[in-house]
Amino acid sequence: MSSETGKILTTDGIPLEESLKQAEKKNKIKAFLLVAPLLLFLIITYMIPIGDMFSRSIDDKMVTNMLPKTYKAMETWDGKELPPEEVFEAFYLDYKILVKNKTAGKLQTQLNYEKNGFKSVLKKLARKQKKFEEGNYKEQIMKVHKRWRNVEYWRAIKRRAPSYTYSKYLKGVDMYSNEDGKIVQVSEDRRIHRILWIRTVEVAFFVTLFCFLMAYPIAHLLATLPMKYSNLLMICVLLPFWTSLLVRTASWMILLQQQGIVNDFFVWTGLVANDNRPEMMYNKTGTYVAMTQILLPFMVLPLYSVMKTISPSLMRAGKSLGATPAVAFFKVYFPLTIPGIGAGCLLVFILAIGYYITPALVGGASGTLISNQIAYHMKSTLDWSFASAMGLMLLTGVLAIYWIYNKLVGVDNIKLG
Amino acid sequence: MALPKYTEPHYRIWHYFYLLVCGCVFFFLIAPLFVIFPLSFNAEEFLVFSDGMKRLDPDAFSLRWYKDMIYGTKNPWGLAARNSFIIAIFATLGSIILGTLAALGLSSRHMPYKGLIMAILISPMIVPLIISGVAIFFFMAKVGLAATHLGIILAHIILGTPFVVITVTATLSGFDHSITRAASSLGSSPYNTFMKITLPLILPGVISGGLFAFVTSFDEVVVVLFLAGLDNTTIPIQMWTGLREQLSPTILAVATCLIILSVLILLTAELLRRRSERLRGINR
Repeated sequence: MSSETGKILTTDGIPLEESLKQAEKKNKIKAFLLVAPLLLFLIITYMIPIGDMFSRSIDDKMVTNMLPKTYKAMETWDGKELPPEEVFEAFYLDYKILVKNKTAGKLQTQLNYEKNGFKSVLKKLARKQKKFEEGNYKEQIMKVHKRWRNVEYWRAIKRRAPSYTYSKYLKGVDMYSNEDGKIVQVSEDRRIHRILWIRTVEVAFFVTLFCFLMAYPIAHLLATLPMKYSNLLMICVLLPFWTSLLVRTASWMILLQQQGIVNDFFVWTGLVANDNRPEMMYNKTGTYVAMTQILLPFMVLPLYSVMKTISPSLMRAGKSLGATPAVAFFKVYFPLTIPGIGAGCLLVFILAIGYYITPALVGGASGTLISNQIAYHMKSTLDWSFASAMGLMLLTGVLAIYWIYNKLVGVDNIKLG
Repeated sequence: MALPKYTEPHYRIWHYFYLLVCGCVFFFLIAPLFVIFPLSFNAEEFLVFSDGMKRLDPDAFSLRWYKDMIYGTKNPWGLAARNSFIIAIFATLGSIILGTLAALGLSSRHMPYKGLIMAILISPMIVPLIISGVAIFFFMAKVGLAATHLGIILAHIILGTPFVVITVTATLSGFDHSITRAASSLGSSPYNTFMKITLPLILPGVISGGLFAFVTSFDEVVVVLFLAGLDNTTIPIQMWTGLREQLSPTILAVATCLIILSVLILLTAELLRRRSERLRGINR
């Protein structure tokens, strides 16, 4: 100790405070270095690709890159009347290159999305433009088809000028921006996505509800039975938990088929006639039954771990103070289990809202969910930017729920097995 | 659970009703698994219990579908099983190494931004698999790893590490850091301390996290569906294809094998959990 400075020094002569700070810093770096490999790995292979999904979903560079001169010429055009000669000339030059490179088809399709009837006009122009003479392109183009005199078509081209678009997100909720740039709904018979969103939330909600109603009594039983019985019964929860998802789905496909055991049982009890067996698979019923059974362990386990900590003497105290069993349960026991209920419900809800395999196998057409639509666009239509947009919309929903989960229960309370 | 003698009748009825409900739920949970077992021994091609099976006629049972699973012509299961095991083993090893290191760092009280980093590390568990699948596919396609074993292994490491991080962090929460300091003060190198002191103590957590990672990889189908080519087919992919096209009894034979595997995993996980609780001094 040094009395002159009034500071405590280490044997090296450095003030203790400083030395401690250095040691802390060293420890911080050490801890961070341990986390760094996984963190970097996840950021590169996972977080950045999710960000990449976003840029893909708003990417609209295709048309912009196909008509560079046109968009440059259009910069000063206000869009009220027909564009000036320079725009016509630029468009002619851009389009000539596209026709020569045999990529005009893409532009035709893209602009047809923007304005119906554009395809035929462009096709005609592709045929006629070979005979064009130099100068006065405005006249020549307008002569090819009368629609070129319609300012609407030029506005449609101008609308595609930005290299980004949120049209995929609008499409995800069955909306689009029309010719005037207003956001409107698609015609009623084509609103498929909104039905899927509603159905996804509905299925997730009811599966969560069914899981809760079924899990609560058995979690209570498991938590109150003596260890040697509850361990045995716990296997009934843990074995399905550890069993392959596909195996469990397969067993439901066997059980629920028309000649399956569940139907056999209904016929045997006389509930339904043998020749009138209900369809229990390839519809919502199948999705509900299979998903409830598959997700049930995720509800039981958090409930069980909370109930295990509740002392049975609390209920006895309530009863001895004059409460009926029902009152004691609702006033004493139930409020104590709310953290477990929150954890279980949100866990099951999050899992259910992103479910893919089971609905695809037992859901049929009326039981498919938003995830199936994403997979469909990834694998069949190859509209990856739309799949990305839908995926990100789903992700936003899940993150919002997760945020609530974190506020209510805390991430650290996730328990496994 | 016996009721005391003074229980009132209506409460007694309520109690038996409660037990009945519990019984039904347990039945609902476990019974579907037992349908697969007998049907996989069906001598016929249909997926219903034949009259012979209901009479327990020995001729109605056979190992036909198990033979088909192993020796069948052009059967995909051999390749699928080999791929599944290779991918799952390497993915598990990767998850264990990366996950354990990260958990060690996260458990240190010096770790800055703990909440944020933890959220990033376990995000693959919260993000719906379909979105992870799309994102990982974009990445793997960009770096040319789509339709390769390495690509699938890396994808499964992403999905498996959160489990290892969570289980090992939980094990470390009861870890007494003074023992490692004691080892260091006695002149042990950090590596030596980790291998001889820390690792043996956290091993149950590491292994049970590894089991989760193994099962995740072995059972994973959504991401593999995007990534796999013809040579990387796995058991879940084959089952998925089979279930979509035609539910054949061979699939049930495979499913039975998978159930047996999951029983083994369950037993291991339970033994580890108990051992870990004993080591951490949790007595219940």
